[in-house]
Formats: sequence, structure tokens, C-alpha cells
Amino acid sequence: MLGFLVRRVIQSVFVMLAVALIAFLMFRFMGDPVNSMVAENASTEERAAVRERLGLDQPLWLQYGRFVARAAQGDFGLSWRNARPVSTLLAERFPATAELVLVAAVLSLVLGIPLGILTALRPRSFPAQSLQLISLIGISLPTFVTGILLILVFSVWLGWLPSFGRGDVVDIGWWSTGFFTLAGLKALILPSIMLCLFQLTLIMRLVRAEMLEVLRTDYIKFARARGLSNRSIHFRHALKNTLIPVITIFGLQLGGLIAFAIVTETVFQWPGMGALFIQAVSFGDVPVMAAYLVLVSLIFVIINTTVDLLYAVLDPRLRVDGARGAH
Amino acid sequence: MLRLLMMSAAASAVLAAGASAETLRYATARDVYGLDPHGVTDSFTNIFTHHIYEPLVRYDAELNIEPALATRWEVIEPTRVRFFLREGVKFHEGQDLDAEDVAVSLMRMVNEKSPMKGNLPGLKAVEVVDPLTVDLILDGPSPILNNYLTNAFIMDKGWLEEHDAVAPIDASQGEEGYTTNNANGTGPFKLESRRPDAMNVLVANEGWWDTPVHNLTRIEHTPIASDATRVAALLSGEIDLIEPAPLQDAARIEEADGVHMLENAGLRTILLGINHGDTLVDGNVEGNPLKDVRVRKALTLAINMDLIRDKIMRGKSRNTGSTIAPQVRGHTDALDARAPYDVEAAKALLAEAGYPEGFAFNFNCPNDRYVNDEAICQAIAAMWAQAGLEPRLVTEPRQMHFQKVDNHAVDVFMLGWATLPMLDGFSVLSAMLATTEGEYGTFTPAGYSNPKVDELTKAIATEMDGDKRSAMMVEALGLAKEDYVWIPLHQQPMSWAARDTVEIPQAADDLVRLWYARVAK
Repeated sequence: MLGFLVRRVIQSVFVMLAVALIAFLMFRFMGDPVNSMVAENASTEERAAVRERLGLDQPLWLQYGRFVARAAQGDFGLSWRNARPVSTLLAERFPATAELVLVAAVLSLVLGIPLGILTALRPRSFPAQSLQLISLIGISLPTFVTGILLILVFSVWLGWLPSFGRGDVVDIGWWSTGFFTLAGLKALILPSIMLCLFQLTLIMRLVRAEMLEVLRTDYIKFARARGLSNRSIHFRHALKNTLIPVITIFGLQLGGLIAFAIVTETVFQWPGMGALFIQAVSFGDVPVMAAYLVLVSLIFVIINTTVDLLYAVLDPRLRVDGARGAH
Repeated sequence: MLRLLMMSAAASAVLAAGASAETLRYATARDVYGLDPHGVTDSFTNIFTHHIYEPLVRYDAELNIEPALATRWEVIEPTRVRFFLREGVKFHEGQDLDAEDVAVSLMRMVNEKSPMKGNLPGLKAVEVVDPLTVDLILDGPSPILNNYLTNAFIMDKGWLEEHDAVAPIDASQGEEGYTTNNANGTGPFKLESRRPDAMNVLVANEGWWDTPVHNLTRIEHTPIASDATRVAALLSGEIDLIEPAPLQDAARIEEADGVHMLENAGLRTILLGINHGDTLVDGNVEGNPLKDVRVRKALTLAINMDLIRDKIMRGKSRNTGSTIAPQVRGHTDALDARAPYDVEAAKALLAEAGYPEGFAFNFNCPNDRYVNDEAICQAIAAMWAQAGLEPRLVTEPRQMHFQKVDNHAVDVFMLGWATLPMLDGFSVLSAMLATTEGEYGTFTPAGYSNPKVDELTKAIATEMDGDKRSAMMVEALGLAKEDYVWIPLHQQPMSWAARDTVEIPQAADDLVRLWYARVAK
């Protein structure tokens, strides 16, 4: 177990170094932020001076090396756009993204699994058929379109929910939360629906497919033959075995939620890390982009490691294999 | 001015009736970069900080210069201008405005490391004469000093020292400055709170020295990056004023109840610059056909601007033959006249120049900088193709486009120029027409050099006689027009949208001045 964790930590360092390198290779094709930083009528010399101060005139490997050396000491530099430390900016935006992703993830599980079970147990019923149809729409509609549709219906036509922002937030230490105010909770509804929709339909369809598969297996037939109640068969025996692939996919998709949050945050002006990243891209704010990409790759590594550890908890066979391998 | 007086009279009447607590909810495409008034040169950030900080002189709603923190000024010597400060002005935190504050603020702005120094060129020193009088010492005579000063905001010396912020912020190194997120000015509004990218809240400054035209007690500014969401927030009644309002949604906004568009042609002139160098960047012929004035004229004649105005700009742009807008000093109707669209004449000129079959060249445009920039360029490329030319159109994000323009890696390129903050033809002459050298000619197309234009530009820089100066500008701009250095297209429309309860003048510089805004119950 310890060996596994140490290996993962070492791997994650390499993953982050690689991500930063790829990022720096891409920044070359992003153009030049200097035009956004000087006066429109600034002279060529002034522009060159700014470029020099930012280190943009230096070769790529030197810029990369300097970034890594400073990042290793926890210093991600100052944002060129906001003139504020990148670490402060990310820390300020993290709670917004974390709360949005958390709500979307919980929604997708809490709704996705029961709906999946429902459609598996009564595949020919009207609700199951219509859910299947709706899920098809959910899985194929681009998220920004659903976002705009949600705004059109619930903000513009009905006027029930806000179309942008986080509502009122409460500061608890450095963490700003929208969970404790009515406006904050209302503001969470549309963005989290938009963000979870794809995930939810995916989990629902996955649970349905797995469940149908499991229900055909011999041990279920045997359980029926033993005269166990339907409830016991479906939820104690079948569901447990359905959940292992669901957890794998959910873990992988959690990273996807953070990535897709960029789109959601842009549509709903959600002041999270994704919105910060998009602004950095349109400005050419290299320190923010580099730090964000490294941070997201770290989050991916952590999620995947956690999922791997969870397998062992859920599936006894893996524990046995692991123990044997250690000898 | 009369209108303003009437408006302020109306304002006091309303205030007397006891109506107050007017909140204006205002959304823009992005947040301010920071609150330091000398921190960035971004014009949106600058006008936002103008609500909190004030300059010695300011533009009114019609873009005339009027006294602000200075009540009057006189030129003592060509290089020494004396400003008399307004008495009894207080900063939001209670400090009195005095000459030391002006000296520290202006020197902070022109500091070597300040990104704003280009917006106040030629200032050598500030001498304090007495607590309410300062002398500005200049390199040479500066006919447009006051135009520059409209953008030079005054901070409190003691406050800067207390927060260790006398040196300007330099984003390329160093630490976060106190002034980035905190503000203490003399302006009509005070900063109440700021959550970057979520909301900035300003409240009216009850102790403002000026009689407010506005009736606002509170401004809630929210950046909303997505065009569709910004419009939806206006339509749903969550927001009172949006800027910009996307042109493609204008019809929808006009149809909706309770909201309206504010659309006028602004100052920003959209132009195409032409490579005058010895070779083409991306061509299929020897040398550079664009060096021939007949070819450049053919390019101009082949563009049908009426069609672009009607089909792409919803009839809201103002076509022009000049590099400057009518509100800018140096404008004449003769310069503004546009050669009529004539594709046959264009073909004849190309044949005469030796290119009856046309030739290929690079045509570079931004796709996220100006109103409908990409669509305009696509239309122009198609029109040139009709004249037998082969433009190789590249449209890309602004950073990439302007990097190529800086490096002269373009043959024909799009640029928009508003002459801000100068509002003066000298802006175009010095930045876009003078031979590239030192502070001159940053955007002058590669290889263009007209000694007569250079001579006039240098003379205009220091000529204090207004009439003589204007005449020289008209002459220089006329010479450049005959040279077909730039192809002027149009003044692009400004586009805001507001609830019907909001009343706000739309100045041609496209900057939102909420101290002129009124909200009805």
C-alpha cells in the first residue's frame, strides 16, 4: 500500500512536469500579451522593454526552467493581467469551482443511480422509456446549449433563478461559500444542473446496462429460486455488483467535471478557476495558465489514485491479488 | 453644458422630493484589471477607476475638456504650466487634496516602471508652488497636455506612503500592491467592496465637491463574459445596463419590453494598413506590388463599404475616407469623403500597374477585437477576389494578430484607432503615419516614409497656436490620404443596452460615465 502511494507521488511529479512542458510549448502559439499590457500608442521600444521584463524574449527552455524552479518553491509568480499573485487568485477561485463540482457530482449520483435502477427494473414502462429518450438528449446536447436553454427558460421566461453569478456568499476563513444563503443556493441550481447533466445521463445509462447484465446472471436466478424477496435481490445482490464499474467511470468523470466546469463557469459567470483560466487564455496571461494546468493535472492524479484505492475496498479479489503480489 | 445644468437642476428637484436609494446594476464583458489608477492602460479599467479617482481636468459627456480637481490653469512659459487646485476637496477617507498629492501622483504615473507613462509624455517634474498651486515642467511645449491630463488620476500622498505604494505596480515582478484592491479617491463614488470577477460595489460619495448629475446611491458592477448570458440578464431584469450589447442580439433587445439599445457610431475608426516594404510576406510575385500607389488605390476602390454597412453592420456604422472620426481635431469633410466603389476602375488600375491577372498577398485580421472584424474581412476578401486579386485571409485572436503587426509580418492588416485619450489627429500622425523611429510610427506600415509628413508631425507636436496646428494636421493627413497608406473603412458602432428606466449619455469614446446616469423609479 505504502509502496503504491510512493510510486503514485513520484509519477504525479512527472505528470505535472510534462503538463507544464506541453503548456509552455503551446504558449508559443498563443501570441503576445504585450499588446494588452501597454498603451495603444506605446512606442516600439516601450513594447520591447515590457517584453524583456516579462522574460518573453528568452528562449523557451529558459522560461520553462524558471517556471519549474519557482513553482518548486511554491511561487507561481504574479498574474500579468491582474498584478496579483497567481496562488492567491487560484485560492480565491477554488471554493467556487469546488462547490459547483461537488453539487454536480452528488446530483449525478443521487439521481443517476436510482433512475438507472428504475429503467433497468421496468424497461418497458412509460417512465423508463421516456427517461431513456431524455437521457439521449442529455448525452448528445452540447453543455453550453443546455446552459443557455436553462437561462432562457428559468431566468428570462419564468424569472425564478438568477442567470449569472454565485448570489450572496459567506466567508468562512479564506473559503467563500454559497451554501448558507438562499441567494447562494438558488444561484447554484442552474449551473450544477448544466454541469451534471451529461454525467447524470451517463451514470443512469451505465447503471441500467450493468443492472440488466447482472440480473441475467446465474446467482440472481439462484437467489430467485431461493425465494428471496425482490427488494433483497435487486438492492443487496444485484446493485452491489453493478456499482464497481460505476465508481470507475465516476472517478474518471470527476476530472471531466472539473474540466467541463470551464464551460459552465463561462456561461454562468461563475467566479471559479475555469473562468479565471478562460480570461487568462484570452489575455495571454502565461503565469495563470501554467499554474492552472499544473493544478488540474495534480487534481486528476489525486482522483485517480483515490479511485484505485477505493477498488481495493469494494472488490475483495483485488485485495487478495495485491497481497499476493507483495510477497 | 446647458443640458447638464438642466439635468442637475432636475436632480436637485428629485433629491428635494426625497427620492433616493437608486441602485444601478451594470454588467460588462470583463472585470477591471485592478483598481490602481496608474496600474494599466486599459481604457475600460481607466474609466471605471475614474468613478473613484479624478484627474485635474476631465471630459464631459460631450467630450469637451472641463475643470475637475483644477479650477483653472495658465501657461507661464512654454515648458511650465501652472494649475490652480480646487479648494476644499477631500479624499474618501477624509484627507485634504493638496499640491503634494498632485506632484506625487503625476510622478508616480510617469515613473520609468509605470505602464501608464506613455499616456502623459513629456512631463519632467512637478513643482509645488503653494498648497493649492502646482507647476508642471515639460520637455517641450505641449499643445495637448490637458487632453493627456484627463487620464491622469490623483491619489493621496499620505495614503500611498502609509500603504507603501508610492512606487507604481509592475506586473512583471514584485509583489501585490495595496492599491490593486483598495481605493481612496476624490471622485463621485467610493469603493464599498470588490470581489474580482464577481462584483464591484460603489456607493455615492456624499461629500463630492461637484453637484451630482446622477441620482445613484449605489452601483453594482458585475462582469459577465458570455454575450448570451449578459443579454439574458438584461432581459430577465437582473441587470439595468450592459456594455457591450452584442450586435447580433440588437433586434431581439429592441423587440423586448422595457429595454432598449443605445447604438451610435463612435470614435474608433477601422482601417486597413498596407505593407510598403520591398517584398510581400505571403505573395506569388517578385517584389511588392503594394508599393505602387495605383495598386493601393485599386484596393481601396474595390471595397463596397455601403454593402458592408447595410449587411454586416446593421446600418449602424459610419463609412469614412479619413483616418480620424469627425469629433477628432484635424477632421475635415474633404478628408472624410470616400472614393466611390468602382470595381472596373480598380481592375483598370491594376492592369495599368502591370498586374492584369492580379496577385496573391497576405490579409491579416483579428477575430475578437473589433465589432464584426472577421465578417468584415471575409467580405472584403471576396470583393478583392472580384477585382481579380488573391487575398490570403488569416483571421486569428488579437494577441496573435497584433504580434504579427508589431513584427511587420503582414501585407494588409486591420487596425482600429480611437485617438484616445488625446482626441487629436496628432495621435494618428505620430503612431500610424510618421516614419518608424523611436517614439514615432509604432503602427506605421512597414516601409512607409514621407519626409513632409514627418516634418509636419514634428511641428504639430509643439505648435501652441490652435489654428496653425489644425491646418498642419489637415495638410499632413491629406498627404497621407493621397499616398493611400491606410484604407479607412468606417467608424464602428458603439453598442450598449439598458432598461428603459435608465438614462445615460453615450459619449463617442464608448466609455460609460455613470456619474451622468439617472435611474427612474
